[in-house]
Amino acid sequence: MATREPPPPQAADSLLDVERSFGQRLAYAGRFLWRDRSGMIGLVLFLVVVAAALFAPQISPYNPLAQNLRDSKIPPAWYQGGSLDYLFGTDNLGRDIFSRIIYGTRVSLTVGFFGVLIAGTLGLVLGAIAGYVGGRVDSIIVGGVNMVLSLPYLLFVVFIASILGRSLINVILIFGITDAPIFARVTRGEVLRIRESGYIESAISVGARSGRIIFDHILPNLIGPLITLATFEMSRMIFYEAGLGFLGLSVPPTVPSWGNMLAAGRKYLTSSPWIATFPGLAIMFTSLGMNLLGDWLRDVLDPRLRRSRK
Amino acid sequence: MAKVLEVKDLVTKFYTLDGVVHAVNGVSFDLDEGETLAIVGESGCGKSVTMLSLLGLIPSPPGKVERGNAFFSGGTGRCDLLQLAAPELRDVRGGQIGFVFQDPISSLNPILTVGEQIAESLTRHLGLTREQAHRRAIKLLEEVGIPEAAQRYDSYPHHFSGGMRQRVMIAIAISCSPSIIIADEPTTALDVTVQAQIVDLFKRLRDMIGMAIIWITHDLGVVAGLAERVLVMYGGRVAEVALVDDLYERPQHPYTHGLLGALPRIDTDGSRRLVSIDGTPPDLLIPLVRCPFAPRCAYAFERCWEEIPQLMPAGIQHQVACFYDIERGGPRSG
Amino acid sequence: MQRYLFSRLAQSLLILIGLLIIVFFMVRVTGDPASLMMSREASPESIAAFRHKMGFDRPLIVQFWDFLTHVVVGDFGNSLHFKTPALPLLLERLPATVELATIGLIMAMLIAIPLGLIGGFNPGSSIDSIGRGLALLGQSIPNFWLALILILFFAVKLRWFPSFGRDEFKSVILPAFVIGLPTMGQLVRMTRSAVLEIRGEDFVRTAHSKGLEPRVIYIKHVLRNVAVMLVSVIGVQYSYMLGGSIYIEAVFAWPGMGQLTEQAIGWRDFTLVQAIAVFGSVVVLAINLLTDVAYALIDPRIRYGD
Repeated sequence: MATREPPPPQAADSLLDVERSFGQRLAYAGRFLWRDRSGMIGLVLFLVVVAAALFAPQISPYNPLAQNLRDSKIPPAWYQGGSLDYLFGTDNLGRDIFSRIIYGTRVSLTVGFFGVLIAGTLGLVLGAIAGYVGGRVDSIIVGGVNMVLSLPYLLFVVFIASILGRSLINVILIFGITDAPIFARVTRGEVLRIRESGYIESAISVGARSGRIIFDHILPNLIGPLITLATFEMSRMIFYEAGLGFLGLSVPPTVPSWGNMLAAGRKYLTSSPWIATFPGLAIMFTSLGMNLLGDWLRDVLDPRLRRSRK
Repeated sequence: MAKVLEVKDLVTKFYTLDGVVHAVNGVSFDLDEGETLAIVGESGCGKSVTMLSLLGLIPSPPGKVERGNAFFSGGTGRCDLLQLAAPELRDVRGGQIGFVFQDPISSLNPILTVGEQIAESLTRHLGLTREQAHRRAIKLLEEVGIPEAAQRYDSYPHHFSGGMRQRVMIAIAISCSPSIIIADEPTTALDVTVQAQIVDLFKRLRDMIGMAIIWITHDLGVVAGLAERVLVMYGGRVAEVALVDDLYERPQHPYTHGLLGALPRIDTDGSRRLVSIDGTPPDLLIPLVRCPFAPRCAYAFERCWEEIPQLMPAGIQHQVACFYDIERGGPRSG
Repeated sequence: MQRYLFSRLAQSLLILIGLLIIVFFMVRVTGDPASLMMSREASPESIAAFRHKMGFDRPLIVQFWDFLTHVVVGDFGNSLHFKTPALPLLLERLPATVELATIGLIMAMLIAIPLGLIGGFNPGSSIDSIGRGLALLGQSIPNFWLALILILFFAVKLRWFPSFGRDEFKSVILPAFVIGLPTMGQLVRMTRSAVLEIRGEDFVRTAHSKGLEPRVIYIKHVLRNVAVMLVSVIGVQYSYMLGGSIYIEAVFAWPGMGQLTEQAIGWRDFTLVQAIAVFGSVVVLAINLLTDVAYALIDPRIRYGD
């Protein structure tokens, strides 16, 4: 009936507790993962997607670009008229949907990974400068960050993408740049928190140099929140990339990406619904896996944000 | 003198993901009417959890009071707080036992006026109408030393300083003239000058209302001028209990020795070094099978590692849970 | 409070100026806005003529000043496709989008807030699991895809709802549900975590220590604070939904600003796209400002802040 959080038990410290050895931390993460079934599911889903991207040529039964107009719009294997030759059926140009889904992971993961890499790097640098230098530099960076974050994100991404034109690099750059402010905000917050905690002062007082302080004290504390954020943002980028593809604004139409497949399938929705169904499911399971993984990472890496559990 | 509260063998555990936290491991003590008892110990020694357990305020789950009795003799006769049904326990809470918490900033609801937060206790327990509660709340604000109380009734907590908010908390705690006030580190979050004012306020209210006070603190310095008796806790158990002067003059538990050593004294020469106790507080995830202080104790011998010491008499109104007799320099007899 | 609102207004204006700068330079970032706006088959001569007509051959600073002074008075230039001023085209489409987003938000709130509250008060219960599952799905299902699936099932197969357009009231149900889905997920999460957070606050423990009835504590101390936390969340969600309208309106042929955006991109009507970007942002900034006002009205920390 009463509602206070319990006093934190001493053994329940963070994975990144500096006092613990790497092995201990790993064991702790493992224990946590085992107990958290949804985190386990998330990890498995994510690994499946990564494996599909890495081994796409080995897994795919067909060339994802190979057209075979004689075999167009064949339904999935378990439907009437389907055949085991094409597990998920074929699209309007007779291309194997299963192979295209497998190759689609490459586009999604590339956009997600490099987008987050750019956004994370930019954000880390900007946020760290803002938090560490403070003063006027801080106000300018915070002002810019707030500005970008208060604009309608999706509208802007669509606007920019429509101007820049369809290419993988453009999509990565758009997400990498527009998403940097979120990383900057989190980084700045963490840097300020670490500064306030006082051990920077003690490091300065024993004569540590700025570079040392950043590498020894600030970066290790940033890893947890940033990895968690990166997971969620990567999931968001994969999602939005598909959205852009759906509007015909992402990678060129010849590239097998889930968004492009959706856009094509939309035209044949009533006659051949499977063309649009499978890419949507692929996006959903990827996003689901990364969200579950992100929730789990947040629990393990950042005990301050830990969900309340039974 | 009549006992207002008798706690016997209280055990509270928290069932967390990381294991069972043995927060309170068999605590017994009693409290006389109008008496001020200080409970001291490091953070995590179970002092707050003990008090919250008595009034059903620990979060449950994961917390659970496993065992014990807490006989309370209030206005309505004698009852065991731990056996009371929820509605009856709510009558006691706020009505006969008031609480003052450590952090006055977070302990008041930011979106309700301070007056409203006092008045809701009055309407709940004394059955006052809104106007009566309003008038009485203003009187209470005056009593705890808030200037222009009538105007301040409609202020929100963020308009008040930390010390002023703690005065509001005290007004809530005394609003129904309780038999006991439990003050959980009420001065820790405040400036030193404000601390002294709050302690003075408690003394004045004690003389006025005559309630007993349980004063939880980790600061022995505050205790001396306020409390009659001191109870020292360690590892979820009572280590020592004694009259305040007796405890300062002849501490019997090695842990109390350490605590007193760690206390900076103004009355001796200022150069006296602040002594800290070596070692870390006990890991409460491990069930207690020996003296909890043994790993940090300079006097520990075999028996300390084999059984849990119970409270033993060590003078007039003085009890200690230690197998070693510091004064005689050897194992305690009996 | 006036000072707070004044500073928020000033902030919004600053953001607006920044936004105009971004939009202005984005259109010119490819180097040649004229060939961007013309069809790919256009001859070099006609592109040059167009460039001159639009004034893209003038110095950037002159162009920017021109752009700024026109936008300030609501002149976004002519749509290349319709050959008429862009703003009236947008205003004509605005009500449909507002209707869609508002009904979507209400549907999301009606489903999400009760689930979040029940989940927050009974973590681990079966309703909590349902709520958390829904939250996860709302975050993970691409709603533009779900729109297709729902059309297939409810409109084509069952014929319960029309599959596109904006005629009878029934036609808003599917698009509003789909556009509200991500918000629904977010709201379940936010409500649940707000309840859990507030329940763990010290002042709720204080309320328990006063012996108040649980019902009183939940309504007076917990729910009121949860409501304060949700106001800002709902404002932000509403602006997300306006962005999401691009997909949903395209799928359902809902004649709002989102559909216009998709069409304008298809027509390479970049003056219209640019106008939508600016106008849409102004709408979102206005919503944010209104949210702040609402927030200030219900939170005494801001209402009576110094």
